Amino acid sequence: MDPTTAKLTLIAPEMVICFGAVVVAVLGLMQQASLRRSVPLVAALFLALSVAACAWSYSTPAAESSGLLLPYLGSFAKPLIACVGILLVMLGGTAVDRRLEAAFESGRVPFEAVRVLRGEFHAFLLLSIAGTMLLASATDLIWLFLALELSSLPSYVMVAIGRHARKAQEAGVKYFFLGAMSSAIFLYGFALLYGATGSLQCTEIAKALALQSETTGVSTLAIVGGVMAILGISFKLAAVPMHFYAPDVYEGASGPVTAFLGFVPKAAGILGLLTVLSMFGWTGHIAVLGGQEVELHGLPAPIAAMLWMMSVLTMTLGNIGALLQRNIKRMLGYSSIAHSGYLLMGLLAGPEAGLNAVLFYLIGYGVMNTVVLASISALERNGEEVETLEDIAGLRNRQPVLAWMLAIAAGSLIGLPPMIGFFGKIYLFTAVLEQGQTALVLIAAINSAVSVFYYLQLVLLPMLAQPNPRSETVTAIPSPWPKVASVVGGVSIIALAIFAQPLLEAASSAFGAPTVSAAAATSTPTEDSLSRVIDR
Amino acid sequence: MDGMLAYSLIVLPIAFAAVIGFAPTRMSKWIGTAGACVTLAASLLFAWTFPHWTDGGYAPSLDAADWFPAMGVSVAIGADSVALLLILMTAVLMPLILIGSFTAITERPKDYYFWFLLLEASMLGAFLARDAVIFFVSYEFTMIPMFFLIANWGGVQRRQAAVKYVLYSFGGGILTLVGLLYVAMKMHAATQSWDFGIASMTEFCSTKMPASEQVWVFILLMAGFAVKIPLVPFHTWLPLVHDQAPTGGSVILAGTLLKLGTFGEFRIAMPMAPIGGVEWNGVLSVLCLIGILAAALICWVQHDAKKLVAYSSVTHIAFCMLGMFSLNSIGVTGSVMYMISHGLSTGALFLCIGMIYERYHTKDMDELGGLYRRMPIWSFFMVFFALASLGLPGLNGFVGEFYCLIGAFIAEDTAATGYPGLMGPWYAILAGLGLIAAAMYLLMLVGRLVWGPLREPGHHDAHHSTHQTAAAHADAHATQLPRDLSPREIGILLPIAVLCLAMGLFPQPMLRVIEPSVKNMLAPYPALVERYARDGTLLEADPNSPLAAAEASTAP
Repeated sequence: MDPTTAKLTLIAPEMVICFGAVVVAVLGLMQQASLRRSVPLVAALFLALSVAACAWSYSTPAAESSGLLLPYLGSFAKPLIACVGILLVMLGGTAVDRRLEAAFESGRVPFEAVRVLRGEFHAFLLLSIAGTMLLASATDLIWLFLALELSSLPSYVMVAIGRHARKAQEAGVKYFFLGAMSSAIFLYGFALLYGATGSLQCTEIAKALALQSETTGVSTLAIVGGVMAILGISFKLAAVPMHFYAPDVYEGASGPVTAFLGFVPKAAGILGLLTVLSMFGWTGHIAVLGGQEVELHGLPAPIAAMLWMMSVLTMTLGNIGALLQRNIKRMLGYSSIAHSGYLLMGLLAGPEAGLNAVLFYLIGYGVMNTVVLASISALERNGEEVETLEDIAGLRNRQPVLAWMLAIAAGSLIGLPPMIGFFGKIYLFTAVLEQGQTALVLIAAINSAVSVFYYLQLVLLPMLAQPNPRSETVTAIPSPWPKVASVVGGVSIIALAIFAQPLLEAASSAFGAPTVSAAAATSTPTEDSLSRVIDR
Repeated sequence: MDGMLAYSLIVLPIAFAAVIGFAPTRMSKWIGTAGACVTLAASLLFAWTFPHWTDGGYAPSLDAADWFPAMGVSVAIGADSVALLLILMTAVLMPLILIGSFTAITERPKDYYFWFLLLEASMLGAFLARDAVIFFVSYEFTMIPMFFLIANWGGVQRRQAAVKYVLYSFGGGILTLVGLLYVAMKMHAATQSWDFGIASMTEFCSTKMPASEQVWVFILLMAGFAVKIPLVPFHTWLPLVHDQAPTGGSVILAGTLLKLGTFGEFRIAMPMAPIGGVEWNGVLSVLCLIGILAAALICWVQHDAKKLVAYSSVTHIAFCMLGMFSLNSIGVTGSVMYMISHGLSTGALFLCIGMIYERYHTKDMDELGGLYRRMPIWSFFMVFFALASLGLPGLNGFVGEFYCLIGAFIAEDTAATGYPGLMGPWYAILAGLGLIAAAMYLLMLVGRLVWGPLREPGHHDAHHSTHQTAAAHADAHATQLPRDLSPREIGILLPIAVLCLAMGLFPQPMLRVIEPSVKNMLAPYPALVERYARDGTLLEADPNSPLAAAEASTAP
């Protein structure tokens, strides 16, 4: 298969989603209310279709001949991102434009296509998911940059339009400016990497870097480029020092958008960092460069040290920040920072175990975070979103299912068995221990013990506290879908944990190296100077 | 056959818990009790057919079902004689606790019995586990039911207590997890395959792990168990939790949950990292001594009867650990014996205090006294269990305590005598002071509650306007609970009393079945103790150190 066909085959799922975005955008402007109502359904349908497209594109030999450094990354990441995407659509689908639609229906307000946002919202959601998925098959830096932007730009708009509140617009603007700054940072990093290696192709850069580390050591220029790229992309993860926006933006955005922010940009950040780091390579990581298997030297010391520091600071600051919060979404903002710290730990550990664990943990985190926010979004108080912990006190008396789901998700975020968060942690800790990073694991362990304190509030208040005057006025919103999303997510938190084997297997196949013969058929001959070629 | 029985010990409580979930609320206490009774029957049957009482083997034999083959995690369960004794104790206590809660628990009974059965399943799972992940999952899961039991049905500060309990247990537990994962990871590096079987991990860690690493692994593993046991500097959660927990919660906490810590020590920490066990022996045994003496003194100044029993549990469990750290078979056998008898007698003391609390709504010893005049039957049981707890010969506490003390006394630093260990007479003498203190505070407890002039709350303020409501309250209660124990309550305490007496009078059969398991666990210790006594350390000698150089020069 020639590279162009291979690339096109690989991005079939994204093409499906982008097509879906167009369809959804048009549908959302239709005059017939029934068509407008079908928008979330259609969006979910296209996401489901893209899962099928993933299955097809990775059943062809496309991945092997695409010239990717981590060719099978997408086979695991893409379908699961799409699945969590369906959960997000389920959660947010009916929230946008709820009052406007009600007004149209009652006939008080004549229909105006200009005022409806539902179609746009879903189109942006789909585009952002497509951008995130594209990151899993980025072959060069331009692609990486464009995919990162495709994933971020819609999310800025979503934050601003997801909710009719000043806070949301403030959050959107804040997110946009800081996001633009981070884009500038990683773009500059990419430019430096290009300067240091003379190529934009990931494989070529990896080859050049391997050559450099063979001979003179990785050049300072490349290291600075790598550092900037990592720092810039880590904005998406909300990792220290690029974490400042997270609590504010999470608080300002509407519940469903916060759930989206907790997963999609984080997945984008992880996939972006994976691509950047795979060019430097991990110790013992065997990459196929120019048709030959090359054992890479590992991350340059400054980059490894920076990741270590970032991981420690991120998890510690996130957990300490969350301790004092009374606003649930702000608390989740800090908790999201803390979980990014755990994920960075796995990135440092490298293939295969570390990266498997990162992907497994990422999906698990996406589901648990969505469940918490779905449970909150299924409630309202005087037409406003439920925000503080006081609002959910005694929730169990009126909404037992939501209270249970909150408790399950919080238990999983803590890392209690038999929930998926526990197995995610076991997997992650083992992988990092294998790399000899015992101190890092101990810091993470202590951190997750700290996190017990604030996550328990999410169990204690809804399940056991007495309702207060504030929480007595909290009612369920008319749409049942957020509740459905919460239950589906809550059940999968336990089901995925008990039947985790297929998921683990899929994760571990994500980092399998392609066979040399298939890759060699399409690539240029390699330099002889790559001395550490392994003949197997 | 016994394989099915072993699984059923975990499955039965869960199944009954599920039934409670769907049955009407008024049925839940009967279903809960039935579940606990059926589990008891299954455990008795399991014990009856158990083939390895005298040889320290495990049954059912290992036929594990894979859970996460990619990680080498399998559902492997089986018990040896020590685990089986603890299982029997749990299974015996559980129906008694549930029957004891009939009148005390009126709010949300459904949840109460549901969580209790899940708690039973997870505790039995931890005792039965032969795979480290299964052990840890069950061990950590006990936190969830216990959290709800405390936070829902506890005292005024119940939520604070519940959060404190989970914070401490989780904080310790996650370090234990890191320790287990570290061993598994090293084993993976050495053998290229993942295996979480406790036996193979023990085999690997105790024989192939470098000494310096074993020392740290031991500390990591200990972290969780020390909090659970609780050893003295880590015991600060226990009084608040015991004080705030409902009676049933306190009984199961003292009776079985704390034993998860001692059992983990016995089954995992000590055998897995014996070098750590010897290296840290000095520190740990001093901690035990401090625990015995300090907690005993704290008991002495308590006004709250339940807190007194809670602190007495801290000193007793420190005795138990002293026996285990004596590293010889007498001490460790005594330690295991003590686990069982402590579970029975302290559990029963909590039940007795709970019965008083149900009648008077106070546990304050300043407000209560001379209850013999009101409740002779209760007083009999109270005195009986206090005597059992302080170690009166002829009752169960004595045997374990005596063995632990003997173990510490004769712990010689040479294996040649057959009693290896690093303590000696002084430890036993200091610990013996704890026995005297125990006699003092427990007799004080009994003296104030049972004997002396009658003091009941609500009597001295007869002239207050609250008298009306208090009397009405008392009347309302009088219709529910007789002044002295009801037949139901006698039925709860009597079986425990009979077991205490039986264990005290005929300890030999139990000691005999404990011993083979203890022998397995202690196997690596004599040689290590001897080496430690000779070299002063078990860490590999640094080839550059002057000592090693001197040795090398004298060797030829």
